[in-house]
Amino acid sequence: MKKNILKLFKKMLRIRMIEERISSNYKLQMMRCPVHLSIGQESIAVAICENLKDQDLLVTAHRSHAHYLGKGGNLKKMIAELHGKENGVAGGLGGSMHLLDLKKNIMAAVPIVGSTIAIGVGLAWANKLQGKKDITVIFFGDGATEEGIFLESLDFASLHNLRILFVCEDNKFSVNTPINQRQNPKRNLCKLSEGIGIKSYKLKDHDLMKVFLKSKKIINYIKNVSRPSLLDIDTYRYLEHCGPNSDDYLNYRNPKEVKKWKKNCQIEKYQNLLFKQKSTKLNDIKKSINKEIDNAFKYAYAGKKPKKIILENLIIKK
Amino acid sequence: MKKIISYGRSIYEALDYCLNKEKKIILMGLGVNDPKGVFNTTTNLFKKYKNKVFDMPVAENGFTGIGLGLAIMKYKVVITHQRVEFSLLSFEQIVNQIAKWFFMSSGKVNVPIVIRLIIGKGWGQGPQHSQSLESIFAHIPGLKVVAPSNAFDAKGMMISAIQDPNPVIFFEHRWLHEIKGVIPKKIFKSNLNKANIIKKGNDITIVSYSYSVIEMIKANKFLEKLKIKAELIDLRSLKPIDIKTILKSVKKTKKILVVDNGMTTCGISAEIISLIVENLGKKIVCKRIGVKNSPIPSSRFVAEGFYPEHDIIFKEVLKILKIKNKLKLKKLFTDVPDKQFRGPF
Ligand SMILES: Cc1ncc(C[n+]2csc(CCOP(=O)(O)OP(=O)(O)O)c2C)c(N)n1
Repeated sequence: MKKNILKLFKKMLRIRMIEERISSNYKLQMMRCPVHLSIGQESIAVAICENLKDQDLLVTAHRSHAHYLGKGGNLKKMIAELHGKENGVAGGLGGSMHLLDLKKNIMAAVPIVGSTIAIGVGLAWANKLQGKKDITVIFFGDGATEEGIFLESLDFASLHNLRILFVCEDNKFSVNTPINQRQNPKRNLCKLSEGIGIKSYKLKDHDLMKVFLKSKKIINYIKNVSRPSLLDIDTYRYLEHCGPNSDDYLNYRNPKEVKKWKKNCQIEKYQNLLFKQKSTKLNDIKKSINKEIDNAFKYAYAGKKPKKIILENLIIKK
Repeated sequence: MKKIISYGRSIYEALDYCLNKEKKIILMGLGVNDPKGVFNTTTNLFKKYKNKVFDMPVAENGFTGIGLGLAIMKYKVVITHQRVEFSLLSFEQIVNQIAKWFFMSSGKVNVPIVIRLIIGKGWGQGPQHSQSLESIFAHIPGLKVVAPSNAFDAKGMMISAIQDPNPVIFFEHRWLHEIKGVIPKKIFKSNLNKANIIKKGNDITIVSYSYSVIEMIKANKFLEKLKIKAELIDLRSLKPIDIKTILKSVKKTKKILVVDNGMTTCGISAEIISLIVENLGKKIVCKRIGVKNSPIPSSRFVAEGFYPEHDIIFKEVLKILKIKNKLKLKKLFTDVPDKQFRGPF
């Protein structure tokens, strides 16, 4: 078990360090695209993706970095994408809001809220129609559950017994608008989706191992029984909605709430559990992650500018 | 008495004025109560006008229909979208319902709704956050479509739009919000159907709207250096198009360049040139440029040149006038509105 925890911790730490590097390097003005960082929310992506096979499919939205990395998306190509370079995952054409890595079945991330929920259901239906048992994981935020497309998609997934794990990362905010201005406090997402016939589970804490164990069970159920499920997890983003900085100065979030969630930092929690203070082992882990990140940025810097002629070939004219 | 304020502040003042004046009015949209206040156009209005200003769930289709319900009950409704793309989720309500309500009630029910659509551009926002979709709205009977380019028009037209008994689609370009202009201190209104001749000239007519007007004016500075006298027209209203003003101008100049703020295919520029040809035959040299007919890439390296920037306008005018010139226009980064801009929005 401890070995397993260490493995998951390392993945989580890696995502945190990558996101922090993006945040600190943003001021160099070379990553010229909007970024929605996952800092604070990494545990969910890591824990769930750990239970997926390569052939399982994943779609996500604008806050996609952790999902992409958790599912094994190529780091170098992601950083290159953020730099608008030809060697990026989308050839530099998409930027941070359009990550995908087809080799790892990370099928799409798009920045129109709720859009990929339906698209993910379509992917899962295609698998079902072809007798494939791979599951599709669909990540989205609390805001996305307010779109009509969310219910429409759930309905269809339930009707056709599709192998889908719907994951709601409930960070309480849509941009800077708190959930209490958008939803009645009595609204219960799990009951809503249960009402459609979808088994649904709430986790009030994004604890790494709790999410890991819970999603493991659910994913087994989805695979074996061929039914969709929904997992709704409370979590928190540390930085501004979009961009590299903290925006606590705006005071749209209760400082007590911010503090509470920062105290519940999964990196710190598992670091304290796994390592003694001043552990050389931890330092070695960080060193090797830093090296990997250095290399990814070097790869991005060395990348060429996309060629305009490529664009010409991408436009469907006939 | 005059004052200098930004385009964004103009919008704020117009909203503030109407919220204060009208008893039955609702301002709604994602982020209107956010401390950043939709690019500072709604900041703290919800504190000033309780029960008139509402942040919204992420449910564009639903709340647009809800807005229509309010309008039927004689509320004035202002809906905001921080990107035009988000309004596409509510296209059913806009096109099938809002645009047709007056018609289908045989003129008994007006629906005074203003939908503010903000156009994004630059900083790698890519294919789903930097489109200019004006023409698809202008295509729909029952909608007025306006796109002011400066602080003066923004304020006057916003007040007129809100006071208009019928639906108005109000385009604001994100890169205009910080640009300052001179406006009267007193409250004023502006026409929703009149183009504005910014500058008189005899050599060629250039027509544009929204942010592209800024680029047109920049290009004209270089044309003036070559002693070319262009007549510059700011369209302001995309539906209806003030074709009278344009025809009068081209009858004089015999040449027109239409600088479309969106794509040219089936675009506003296509409509203008059709109207000219229909009215005047082939006597006028017509040319249009606009956003490339392609999804817009995120990478600044390839997004450059996608929009009709001043260097492109300049070159195009010289081509039409058959003037050879080696004047090279300097351009800094083309993915930011000004030097201070540090991203992301
Ligand atoms: C259809 C649509 N409406 C609005 C937006 C603007 N927007 C971008 S991200 C976002 C927040 C959505 O919140 P949530 O789904 O909870 O995700 P989070 O950012 O919290 O991860 C919004 C409203 C959008 N991109 N698409």
